[in-house]
Amino acid sequence: MKKLAEWQLALPLTLAFASIFLAPLLMLVGVSFFNDDKITEPGFGQWAKFLGDPFSYKVIFDTMMLGLKTVCATILIGYPLALVYLDASPRLQKVLIFVIVMPLLLSVVVRTFAWIVVLGREGVVNTVLMQLGVISEPLRLLQTELGLVISLTQIEMPLMLLPLISVMSRLDPNLRDASAALGASRWRTLFTVIVPLSMPGLVAGCLLVFASSTTAFISQTVIGGVRLIYLPLLIWQQSLVVFNWPFAAVVSITLLISVLTVVSALSWLGRRSGGYVHG
Amino acid sequence: MQSTPAGRTLDVEDLTVRYGQALAVDGVTLAIEPGEVVALLGPSGCGKTTLLRVIAGFVRQAAGRVRVDGAAIDHLPANQRNIGIVFQNYALFPHMTVAENVAYGLRARGMRGSEVQARISRFLDVVQLGGFRERLPRQLSGGQQQRVALARALAVEPSILLLDEPFAALDRNLRLDMQIEVKRLQRTLGLTTILVTHDQDEAMSVADRIAVMNKGRVEQFDTPVAIYDRPQTLFVNGFIGTTNLMNGKVSAREGGTATVALDAGATLRLPASADFGLGAPVLISVRPEQLALSSVPGPDAWKIVPGLSLPIGAQLVHEARTADGASLKIVEPRRTTPSDTARIYCTLAADARPTLFPRST
Repeated sequence: MKKLAEWQLALPLTLAFASIFLAPLLMLVGVSFFNDDKITEPGFGQWAKFLGDPFSYKVIFDTMMLGLKTVCATILIGYPLALVYLDASPRLQKVLIFVIVMPLLLSVVVRTFAWIVVLGREGVVNTVLMQLGVISEPLRLLQTELGLVISLTQIEMPLMLLPLISVMSRLDPNLRDASAALGASRWRTLFTVIVPLSMPGLVAGCLLVFASSTTAFISQTVIGGVRLIYLPLLIWQQSLVVFNWPFAAVVSITLLISVLTVVSALSWLGRRSGGYVHG
Repeated sequence: MQSTPAGRTLDVEDLTVRYGQALAVDGVTLAIEPGEVVALLGPSGCGKTTLLRVIAGFVRQAAGRVRVDGAAIDHLPANQRNIGIVFQNYALFPHMTVAENVAYGLRARGMRGSEVQARISRFLDVVQLGGFRERLPRQLSGGQQQRVALARALAVEPSILLLDEPFAALDRNLRLDMQIEVKRLQRTLGLTTILVTHDQDEAMSVADRIAVMNKGRVEQFDTPVAIYDRPQTLFVNGFIGTTNLMNGKVSAREGGTATVALDAGATLRLPASADFGLGAPVLISVRPEQLALSSVPGPDAWKIVPGLSLPIGAQLVHEARTADGASLKIVEPRRTTPSDTARIYCTLAADARPTLFPRST
C-alpha cells in the first residue's frame, strides 16, 4: 500500500471542519447581504440599518466593555490567587486546583442560577450586608452590569487561572531567590521578574476570558435580564423572536469582528512577550 | 580592580534546620576567616545546600546564629543581607540582557545612570564578557552564562559570596577553566566564599578549607591535605579519596604507639591515641598509594592473593585479596618493565600514614 502523506491523513478532518464551520460562516456572510427577512432581495440594507443606528454602537461598546471589565476583574483576583497557588505546599496545591477546575465541571446554567440566589434581593449578599447594618435597603445587583461582572468573573475564572498557573509553575524558583539575594524587595521581584515572565499565561488567560465573557449569552440574559442588551442577546432577538435573519447575521458578524480585533491585539502582545519563557 | 573590599568573617554557630520532623542541618558550627574559600562537601541530602540557603536568608533556621563580621544577620530578610549567590542553573533573568542582569542588583539598591553603566562595564570586563552586553542569556553558552551570573553577583559588592554547585553543569574542560577563573576573582577581590559541592576534586582544588558534611553534621573541617591525610571519622575516610580498610587488634601499647596485629597476618607499629587500649579491635585505613608490594616475607608483611592490575594514566592499580578476605587496592607508578609475579606480600610504604578507627565487634 502506498504510504499516505501527512496532508492526506489530515484531509478528512479538514473537510469536516470546512463543512461544519467554514460553510455556515460563509452562508452567514451571504445572508447578511439581503435586504428583507425572507432572504429574497440582495442588498446592503441591513448593514446600513445596523451601522446607521447609534444604538448599535452602544451595544457593541457595552459588549466590549463587559469583556474588558470581566478581564480586569479576573486578573485582579486571579493573579494573586495564582501567586498563592505557586507558594502553596503540594497538598494545598491539589486542593486549590480542584477548587479552580470545579466550576468547569458544572453547567453554565447551574452556575448562573446559583448567582441569582447569591445576588438576589433576598440573596446571601443582601442578607449579610443588611444584618451587618452596612445597608438599610437591599442592593440591586441582578440586572445590573456590576452583578453580571461579578458572576462572569467567577464563571470565567478557571480560564484565567489555568494558563496563568501553567506558565508560572514552569518559572525557575531560583529566579525569585536570585532577585532577593540581589537586594530586590518582594514587590520589585513581582513586577520586574514574575509579571514579565508570566505574560504569556496572562495574555492567554485574558484572551480566553474576553472571548468567553463577551459571548456568554446565558449569563448575560439570565443575570442581565432584558434591561442590559449585549450583542448575543441582540442576535437571539433578531433570529429567534423577530425572525430577521439577515439583521441577525449582520450583528453576528459584528460580534465576530469585534471580538477577533481585541483578541488579535492581545495575542500580538502575547507573541511579543512569549519569547522570554523557556529561555 | 579599583577597590579591594576586605574580606569578612563568617561565623555559623550551632545552626539547626528542621524540615518537618527531619533535621536537615544538625548543630553546625563553622568559623570562616576573611577572604577564605570554604567548600561544603558531602553526598546529596547531607544538608550542605540547606546550610547555604540559611546563610543566604532563603531558609529560616530552627536554632543557632549566622554572623558576618561578628554581627548577627539572622533577623534580616534575604534582600537586606548583601550576600551574593551563584546558582547551579545560574538563574539569570531570561527576559533581560546581560547588561540588565548585571545592573539588576545595582538598580534594586537605587543606583542610577552613569554609575550603573560604569559598574556593568567594569564587572563584564572582569569576567571577560565586555562584548556581550546586549545578548539575552539564551544566546550564551553555559560557561558564558555562568560568567554573567558571577558578574551579577559580584557587581553589588557583596560581603560574602556563595556558590551553589556552580560548576556541575559545565563540561570537564570548561569546569577547570572556570574553577581557576573563580579562584582568581576571589583572590583579587578578597571575598570570603562558600562553595557547595559534591565533587571532592573540585573542593580540593578550589577551597582553602573543606567542611565534610554527612547527615546534617560537619564531620571534619580542615585543609584539603589534612582531610586527605588525617581523616578524623570513618565517613570522611571513605568519602574522600580511595582507601583500604583492614581489621586488626591492638596487641601491645607503649607511649604514643600501638602494635596492631592484622587479621591478615602481620604486626604493624603505628602511632595511636590513648583511646586505643590493649586488645581494642581497630580498623586500619591506608590509602592505595601508601601500600607496597614485595616478594620478601617479614613480620610487617602480610600475604595476599594478587588479582587484576589496571593501568590508569601514569599509575598501575593492583587489586588483591588478603588471607582474611579483605580486598585491597594498591597503586604504584607504572614502569616499563613487567611487574614481578612473585610479589605476593603487601607492606606499608615508607611514608605511609595509616589511620586507626575503633571497630565495633
